[in-house]
Amino acid sequence: MYGSDVGNSETLLDQVEAAERSLVEASTRNVGDGIVEAEYFDAVIGADQKIEPRDWMPEAYRRTLIRQIAQHAHSEIIGMQPEGNWITRAPSLKRKAILLAKVQDEAGHGLYLYAAAETLGISREELVQMLLDGRQKYSSIFNYPTLTWADIGAIGWLVDGAAIVNQVPLCRCSYGPYARAMIRICKEESFHQRQGFEILNILAHGTPGQRAMAQDAVDRWWYPSLAMFGPPDADSTHSEKSMAWGIKRFTNDDLRQRFVDMCVGQAEVLSLELPDPDLRWNAERGHHDYTSPDFEELNRVIRGDGPCNRQRMEHRRQAHADGAWVREAAAAYAKKAALVQMAPA
Amino acid sequence: MSDWPLWEVFVRPRRGLSHSHVGSLHAPDATIALRNARDVYTRRQEGVSIWVVPAAAITASSPDEKDAFFDPAADKVYRHPTFYAVPDGAEHL
Amino acid sequence: MTDLLDYVLRLGDDALIAAQRLAEWSTRAPEMEEDIALSNIALDQLGVARMLLTYAGEIEGAGRDEDALAYLRGDQEFRNCLLVETPNGDFGRTMVKLLFLSAYQLPLYERLSESADPHLGAIAAKARKESAYHLDHATQWTVRLGDGTDESHRRMQAAVDELWPYTHELFEPDAVTDRLGGDGVAVDPAELRAPWLATVLAVLDRSTLDVPSDGWRPNGGRSGRHTEHLSYVLGELQVLHRAHPGAQW
Repeated sequence: MYGSDVGNSETLLDQVEAAERSLVEASTRNVGDGIVEAEYFDAVIGADQKIEPRDWMPEAYRRTLIRQIAQHAHSEIIGMQPEGNWITRAPSLKRKAILLAKVQDEAGHGLYLYAAAETLGISREELVQMLLDGRQKYSSIFNYPTLTWADIGAIGWLVDGAAIVNQVPLCRCSYGPYARAMIRICKEESFHQRQGFEILNILAHGTPGQRAMAQDAVDRWWYPSLAMFGPPDADSTHSEKSMAWGIKRFTNDDLRQRFVDMCVGQAEVLSLELPDPDLRWNAERGHHDYTSPDFEELNRVIRGDGPCNRQRMEHRRQAHADGAWVREAAAAYAKKAALVQMAPA
Repeated sequence: MSDWPLWEVFVRPRRGLSHSHVGSLHAPDATIALRNARDVYTRRQEGVSIWVVPAAAITASSPDEKDAFFDPAADKVYRHPTFYAVPDGAEHL
Repeated sequence: MTDLLDYVLRLGDDALIAAQRLAEWSTRAPEMEEDIALSNIALDQLGVARMLLTYAGEIEGAGRDEDALAYLRGDQEFRNCLLVETPNGDFGRTMVKLLFLSAYQLPLYERLSESADPHLGAIAAKARKESAYHLDHATQWTVRLGDGTDESHRRMQAAVDELWPYTHELFEPDAVTDRLGGDGVAVDPAELRAPWLATVLAVLDRSTLDVPSDGWRPNGGRSGRHTEHLSYVLGELQVLHRAHPGAQW
């Protein structure tokens, strides 16, 4: 019911393509003739088919989706900032080009997600305003600073890695526009994580200064990446309904465990240590035991007291304010042009 | 706040296929919308054909006629079907 | 330094510094779609810069690659025009700068595609398609902002007035371009003024913007005499690379 459990040996793209095949295959299934909207909605969900924008949906489903999709979109836009911080200082022209393209992809992803949210009956303008007012949030991970070039590698490896673990299941989300946006995003995202890993790999096997830079970045980004999966299952408020509606496919702790298991082998390839002395394989469980992140810190950061919350928001507000005269001028020009077109010859 | 309306974007990735809906964007006019669509939706491809249509210009039906109980009057922008390219031979197109 | 090396560095440095300035707009553009568009243009310029600098290193034959040239030359060794090192200012000013630059790069690359130097010709042939797109983008925005609101018009006129003096340098020939032009390798910069002017005047007219008169003509970039801005641009560009001599990235 929640989509097939995918083994670790499948690549990201394999999983995304499997989700895409499921979507197409599900589109051929007939969900019957129940004419009462709520019954029809439940039947579509039950058959693992997709809810589309013109379907009836419970108000709570619609609101949950708007909130989740919008916060995902805001995360992409705010997430451009920590990495964008190093574009002008990238240490080679090739790295500069790759980073510029990556940050550009993130803008594109934000855009696809706002577009998906708009199909639910809200405008992008309203959503942007909610971000700027602080009424909607973005992923707390982006409230940490990128202090060195190695942070760019760590973000690609750990933060994008965690995001992928979260996002691939969303390719099977019950809401059509969101699922399709996620398939498109995940296909583009596969190169991001590889690039981050490559940056760290070169640093970890480089000069002593570079090795130290890489280890320091991993030390700072490991626990915040674990916290990206949200509070422990016992404390998670939104989960139950989201699971029933096919919006959420796996629990926070499931995904966090999957991520840890993936990273251990990768850290060995990098010859970098994960900063957890209690991280070890547990043969009974068939998974690695690990130290949980500090969820008190996560709450503080979510509430607004992380290292960069104020700075990220100020940057976004400033960019938006600076662009107001441009947006207004473009709209004014379009109006003038329309009037000219309508004028009698 | 300024008024950049919503546009729906349709792309034909290669000669021989038809245009399919890929998403939407905001732009002040058609010319900018077309250029934005090229940047946003075809960044990795050459030789594509792009259509941009003001979302407000689209009139939509409901795919399964489930909204007989709804007001069948003109659609709001967000209540339109998002087409997905279903391969030939599939039912319920 | 040979003539050919000097000439290729001029073109490469123009593109590199233009790319660096455009990259500053990432996360700051007036709208998301424009953030993506500006990054595309920055990537295009950076791509051409890399090809030209790599070729420059080959011409020199001293083992310098694109990164050695971008990150380890001092300010006075750079050969870019002054226009590209000027600050971005507001979005309108950036569009005027892009208009002036791309209206010059397009006919330049078009003519350079026929260069007697086939390698240079091949690079130019690739670059010209992108230049056409840059010119179109800058034109669309110049028109909309010039003929938008009173405020946008005021900002655009100020930008045109401030940047106009920097355009003259683009068309100044010197001994290097004379010699290379004679060999059919380079394009005579003076030859580019007429097509540039035709393009730019048409756009300014559509944009309801006034054409400044020709007066002050700052120059020096082609011989390494830059404005105070370049040192800051290079400081940011080069700092990390220089902090780890000999490292791979």
